[in-house]
Amino acid sequence: MAFLNALPGAVAEGLIWGLMAIGVYISYKILDIADLTVDGSICTGGCVFAVLLAAGMPVWLSVLIAFLAGALAGVITGLLHTALGIPSILAGILTQLLLYSVNLAILGGRSLVAIDPRANRLLLHMSNNPMAVVTAGLIIVATIVVLWLFFYTEVGLTLKSTGDNPDMSRAQGVNVKFNKVLGLAISNGIVALAGSLLAQYKGSANINDGRGAIVIGLAAIFIGLSVSMKIKPNFVVSLTGVIGGGVVYYIIYNFVILLGLKTDYLKMLSAIIVTLFLAVPYLKGEYFTKQKSILPAPTGEEEAGGEEHA
Amino acid sequence: MLKITNLQKTFNPGTVNAKVALSGFDLTIEDGDFVTVIGGNGAGKSTMLNAICGVWRPDYGSIEIDGVDVTNMPEHKRAKFLGRVFQDPMKGTSPDMEIAENLSIAARRGTKRKLIWGCPRKERESYKALLAQLELGLENRLSTKVGLLSGGQRQAVTLLMATLRKPKLLLLDEHTAALDPKTAAKVLSITDKLVTENKLTTLMVTHNMYDAIKYGNRLIMLHEGRVVVDIKGEQKKSLTVEDLLALFEAGSGSKFASDKELLSK
Repeated sequence: MAFLNALPGAVAEGLIWGLMAIGVYISYKILDIADLTVDGSICTGGCVFAVLLAAGMPVWLSVLIAFLAGALAGVITGLLHTALGIPSILAGILTQLLLYSVNLAILGGRSLVAIDPRANRLLLHMSNNPMAVVTAGLIIVATIVVLWLFFYTEVGLTLKSTGDNPDMSRAQGVNVKFNKVLGLAISNGIVALAGSLLAQYKGSANINDGRGAIVIGLAAIFIGLSVSMKIKPNFVVSLTGVIGGGVVYYIIYNFVILLGLKTDYLKMLSAIIVTLFLAVPYLKGEYFTKQKSILPAPTGEEEAGGEEHA
Repeated sequence: MLKITNLQKTFNPGTVNAKVALSGFDLTIEDGDFVTVIGGNGAGKSTMLNAICGVWRPDYGSIEIDGVDVTNMPEHKRAKFLGRVFQDPMKGTSPDMEIAENLSIAARRGTKRKLIWGCPRKERESYKALLAQLELGLENRLSTKVGLLSGGQRQAVTLLMATLRKPKLLLLDEHTAALDPKTAAKVLSITDKLVTENKLTTLMVTHNMYDAIKYGNRLIMLHEGRVVVDIKGEQKKSLTVEDLLALFEAGSGSKFASDKELLSK
């Protein structure tokens, strides 16, 4: 019963993390870059939102600026990588580190800025979970539609080819460096958007929000794709799968908490879930797949055919 | 069309692994020439192509394509002049994208990509006729992911992509070397057809002396980063492999250890 009570909250939070995972999907799956900026940029989204809202800015405008702040973080990582030749994984780590100070500065040196749900008309808040699920769902649908349209434009197609085959892209006149920066900007923009939603949902922006976000994002991607690839491996189904992955992840998460796991161990739990989803397909392929015989098993027809030849 | 002047490139300069790949390389190609390029390993064939494509910048010298100095132009910018087919069939196409999407990206080579529909329906339909001329049955597989095609099919699609938007210069880097003999012959005949029909200025690097003699109107042989044999017109038509070996010895001042050096990979 307690689990059922926790379910709407798990779904709402799962949806928000699923949205973040879509951002990770763009860098990890489409651009083929493991971008660690997201641990910082999701927090940046929350911080920017909370501070702007406290300063009296409308909610929608605060969300938009949070998105842009995340995009800027992506641009920084992109430039570190493409203009300065730093390996992408290190570029992400550097920006993530840099963002910790930036986020602290945005929060004015405080480690937490509270958002009062009664004083502000928030898009979503944990006090009204069914509504939060609907709002998060609508934002996600809008995001997927925009991305779906974008990735069929001239620019969008070259963004896909950039991650898929940079040699081919350059040969076809695609500015691979620019595309990487653009892709990381979109990715981290979406991550920061999710960060601003998360801050609203929880009613605060915390300097420690987002630690381990990349792991949760990857977990959502692996859980989602393990199902969606079996249905139909196209863009919209994949993204929907990723959202579903986020939700499933949070349901598992809440379930384990209800079983009595100390909250201190939650990060370890995240790591274990991702490890499992990464390791199981590998182990299945490596150790549990029976070798298929090279020759097809003889059937009656073939025998009959053999006799004819003889 | 192409004018390379005194091009120099040393890899790993200042180390024990320093390798002079091009030392004062000169080459001029006229409009409409189909030039075949041969040479042993390390002769500078790939280095020459990479220099033209802009994979790296030369230490010295200049490259002009159609009167434009491209020596310091980044790779993606000079792509508007060039059609490229790589030795590795996996390199020229985007495996996780549809055949039609690959072609549509190639159709916009050298243009500014905009936020408009990247592969409209009408354009898709127009690719059917193009794919049909390959005679590989790809015309009905527009939505197939390129990664599902065989090496030969991918190389044929890459050829189409390289010529879809007529390049000033078509660069073929041993594009049949990784294919089985039958497929290689097929891809070569498609190449010849596309080059002749579109009157493309072409540089084709090959390991096969017979192909080098059979195709094109001019043949150059590289050795230690420079051109040692250059045969055109009527003389090329009557050329034999024996002639070529004799010319090589005269041009380079060294004897061929065996034909293998040229014929093998």
